[in-house]
Amino acid sequence: MTARDLRNPLKTARGLGSSHSGVGHWWTQRVTAAALVLLGVWFVATVLCLLHADYATAHAAVARPWNALLLIAFVLTMFWHAVLGLQVVVEDYVHTRWKEVVLLVAIKFLAVLGALASVLAVLRIALTP
Amino acid sequence: MADTQRPLSPHLQIYKRQVQMMTSIVHRATGIALAVGSVVVVAGLLHLAAGEDSFDHFRGIIGSPVGMILLFGWSWALFYHLCNGIRHLIQDAGAGYAIPQFVRSSWLSIAGSIVLTVLVWAYVLTAGGAA
Repeated sequence: MTARDLRNPLKTARGLGSSHSGVGHWWTQRVTAAALVLLGVWFVATVLCLLHADYATAHAAVARPWNALLLIAFVLTMFWHAVLGLQVVVEDYVHTRWKEVVLLVAIKFLAVLGALASVLAVLRIALTP
Repeated sequence: MADTQRPLSPHLQIYKRQVQMMTSIVHRATGIALAVGSVVVVAGLLHLAAGEDSFDHFRGIIGSPVGMILLFGWSWALFYHLCNGIRHLIQDAGAGYAIPQFVRSSWLSIAGSIVLTVLVWAYVLTAGGAA
């Protein structure tokens, strides 16, 4: 900044930092973690209950409203939590900027694709008579 | 590796091995493994939606020896990440920060994950073999 520049330095800094949103990632990761404690235990228990179920039984179980609802909640929370966690890992260990950005975007693309595919599959199961 | 100019913190080889360091590293490693394992959840749902033949094909794959070994690994990773995740949530709430508590809760996460994995696989194997 030159001596003649009378603009407040805040003008150039505003919007570049993490102020007001810096703890958002941290909080979301904890809230999704707390949700996954419950949903994860439910998921494991559900899978164990269906261990030797044939196709019709498994299909009917997933189609039950509560199971379909919790399954969608589980999958969405899982991918959200995974994106947040992998983001931290990439930011910590990938020090070349372009590789870091490519990985972060690729992770988000894959997670959204996985989440949408899972939701569509559950809906297809739940809505098929 | 790094094209950054800022100083980096000393790397792992510098530190003495401690259990609370291992639980932290393994928490990340299991997190990455579980993110990869989410593919199996998605595949299971897609195959279940696609019909009986498709679902039986999927069960054949996860019931194969390689599939079972991978499932065993992922189940331990899940239970470890669960136990240690609960430990981290408790620490985030501000509890358990004294060093002896920190070490004890680290071992508790490890023991809890092993107990849960053994219980689940004892059930799986006694309930009549492969999924």
